[in-house]
Amino acid sequence: EVLPTTKKASVCQCLRLVKGLRKKCLPPILHVSRLNSSTSSSPVPRITTHYTVYPRDKDPRWEGISMERFADEADVIIVGAGPAGLSAAIHLKQLASEQGKELRVCVVEKASQIGAHTLSGACLEPKSLQELFPDWKERGAPLHTPVTEDKFGILTEKYRIPVPLLPGLPMRNHGNYIVRLGHLVRWLGEQAEQLGVELYPGYAASEVLFHEDGSVKGIATNDVGIAKDGSPKEVFERGMELHAKITIFSEGCHGHLAKQLYKKFNLREKCEPQTYAIGLKELWIVDEKKWKPGKIEHTVGWPLDRHSYGGSFVYHLNEGEPLVAIGFVVGLDYQNPYLSPFREFQRWKHHPAIAPTLEGGHRIAYGARALNEGGFQSIPRLTFPGGLLIGCSPGFMNVPKIKGTHTAIKSGMLAAETIFQKITDENFHSETAGVHLPEYEENLQNSWIWKELYAVRNIRPSCHTALGVYGGMIYTGIFYWIFRGKEPWTLKHKGLDAHQLKPAKDCTPIEYPKPDGKISFDLLSSVALSGTNHEHDQPAHLTLMDDSVPVNKNLSIYDGPEQRFCPAGVYEFVPVETGDGQKLQINAQNCVHCKTCDIKDPSQNINWVVPEGGGGPAYNGM
Amino acid sequence: MSARVLVGVKRVIDYAVKIRVKPDKTGVVTDGVKHSMNPFCEIAIEEAVRLKEKKLIKEVIAVSCGPQQSQETIRTALAMGADRGIHVDVSGKDYENLGPLQVSKILAALAKKEDVRLIILGKQAIDDDCNQTGQMTAALLDWPQGTFASQVDFQEDSLKVEREIDGGLETIKIKMPAVVTADLRLNEPRYATLPNIMKAKKKKIDTVKPSDLGVDLSSQLEVLSVEEPSQRQAGVKVETVEDLIKKLRDSGRI
Repeated sequence: EVLPTTKKASVCQCLRLVKGLRKKCLPPILHVSRLNSSTSSSPVPRITTHYTVYPRDKDPRWEGISMERFADEADVIIVGAGPAGLSAAIHLKQLASEQGKELRVCVVEKASQIGAHTLSGACLEPKSLQELFPDWKERGAPLHTPVTEDKFGILTEKYRIPVPLLPGLPMRNHGNYIVRLGHLVRWLGEQAEQLGVELYPGYAASEVLFHEDGSVKGIATNDVGIAKDGSPKEVFERGMELHAKITIFSEGCHGHLAKQLYKKFNLREKCEPQTYAIGLKELWIVDEKKWKPGKIEHTVGWPLDRHSYGGSFVYHLNEGEPLVAIGFVVGLDYQNPYLSPFREFQRWKHHPAIAPTLEGGHRIAYGARALNEGGFQSIPRLTFPGGLLIGCSPGFMNVPKIKGTHTAIKSGMLAAETIFQKITDENFHSETAGVHLPEYEENLQNSWIWKELYAVRNIRPSCHTALGVYGGMIYTGIFYWIFRGKEPWTLKHKGLDAHQLKPAKDCTPIEYPKPDGKISFDLLSSVALSGTNHEHDQPAHLTLMDDSVPVNKNLSIYDGPEQRFCPAGVYEFVPVETGDGQKLQINAQNCVHCKTCDIKDPSQNINWVVPEGGGGPAYNGM
Repeated sequence: MSARVLVGVKRVIDYAVKIRVKPDKTGVVTDGVKHSMNPFCEIAIEEAVRLKEKKLIKEVIAVSCGPQQSQETIRTALAMGADRGIHVDVSGKDYENLGPLQVSKILAALAKKEDVRLIILGKQAIDDDCNQTGQMTAALLDWPQGTFASQVDFQEDSLKVEREIDGGLETIKIKMPAVVTADLRLNEPRYATLPNIMKAKKKKIDTVKPSDLGVDLSSQLEVLSVEEPSQRQAGVKVETVEDLIKKLRDSGRI
């Protein structure tokens, strides 16, 4: 007000320029002072260096580096070689060979080998596999364990209350197979290669490419050779562009490219937000006397309270050795920030109804993955110009059955049929450069997937009353068993999982028992069993939109829930080098790609992006 | 320079995987376990490809001995820049008995057959840690060897090799044809990027049997058993020096 107008204007202009520069191009210095830091005035240590947060075109270290990419064309590109992606690829090639047409189908997969990132219970309903390969048995599909016994129980701290599984309840498994899904996926990969599908494991799709008209053009694989601080190394090389008429996104639960697509094409405007659970799993070689091949056991209740959705599974496999798959699922809408899904899993194993199976045995594998719980209400729009979504990415899991593989396979097949029809039709002219296929969504809504998910849509949300999980069980007994989901109402979910946490001061810390090293174990030795590893000299792929939020918000309000919900020990709050206070340390190498942090971070500040292809867990038949 | 270089690449269990001993104690579980190229073999291929890029040699041939899956490892080598591959098909019992002596006989035979002037190998494999194949191959061919190489300078008819030894660095000059084994600091291998993997599909991989090369795979070694290392016993803390001496006496140590 004292300054003449012109000087004030130029000062303001200067300030704007400086602020703009700071926001866009953070030079590689360790400390960034925040003018409006709410709790402390100490500098925030620089954590995130990934180019998705700090773009390279504004970064002086990248001046002069060629960013050109090699490009190639295919008819269809599929992102993710899981059950859905591989079924789509296989079915496209089956149709092409039936009708004498040529189709180039390329599948990119971030795992170093097909099946290495696959983790599931799993109890497979074989109907869609039967549709894909009526001769699956002759082809040697690894379905070796038909279900022989199916038990359900409610656990209290000391006892187990058996619950009868009446015919008609979704949890009954008669006719199904216990499988090691990683091995089934590996087998699907072999079938795909035999049919001529081009499979590229070890190459992650890191970017969606767009035509000028906004339709999807394809994907680009990850760049390699970027150092931990974000600068280019000598071995830096750009990823490759793969262009296609249509791109299928089958990244599994909470895919990172799908997250971008939801925003870009507004695919979630009419559906409820997806809600999730985390599933932790171990494989055990048990004492032969305890081994009952084909037996399935599910429990709910202890150690979770009735307000925390979750439960366990114990599946006895029949593949030669006395192998048992055990696991624990915790709904990510839990409210207590002191809850640690990993430690709930470890203490559940000590229950008198569970521990005897494990005594005398030893653990040979560990892993974790997020899974969908939203069901029907959370299915987004599935198609957009140039692409479509299949499998657990949009989410077709039947929650009470805890099965999503059969619907994933079917969705892949439907996508293949719809795509094949369209792109081999000579009279078809697409309005957009990338093909738009709303017919896929129509076909899906007319299929048994839709009917099945509609019928069970109210079971999960019925757990949100004061009766908690038991309310859900009562609801299932009455409305599902009697009315088979025909009730005219559709219950809603609670909203985003990330918003369900209560502040730490309103909650009680949970006293978890120490692991005994025989039945229960510590986190780090468990993570080692997942075989996970990443090239260490690369930017952390767990990126923070704002480096100050973990300490200022997550730690101060919620006591840092990320150090508890991550099943791999990626997030640690450690003391700062000088002075008081803590900082977040991200051990990106431990990551098992479960996606829980991206889902449950109460500040939604963590953005999981794909690391260099080939990194991540090395699951074998999980 | 019209020299040909032979590079051996071995398919091993990935270094980050937790291995498990088979219940029958005959070996380690390999089925379905993540495998990758031995890290020292990656360094060997990188060195050979760099020599080719500098136009010091004409052709890089990647060799792997093993079952069908060894072809994946050769493909990776081709994607890194090797010109062609040779898969020596060894499987079953023969593969279980395949050790440095057998592999070096194969490499020696191939070196003669392909008229090779330089063999580059990794110094050792991370599964058996033998550190013998390079040395045995040189002996069978009666060629000089530059092992644990951290730098290789190509000169007209000879090589200047800087070696990592216990006392520090030793530089030797050896005449070609020769065998070099790569140590960690020789170079940083490049990534096998997707366009190169796609191009590698068009490069040739010949399959040969050890009998075609006149090699006898019989082994003088027999593995009796493979076991996990014994569990580490918990330590015991004592309060005073007297307690320590008493404990040592009681357990018969002193």
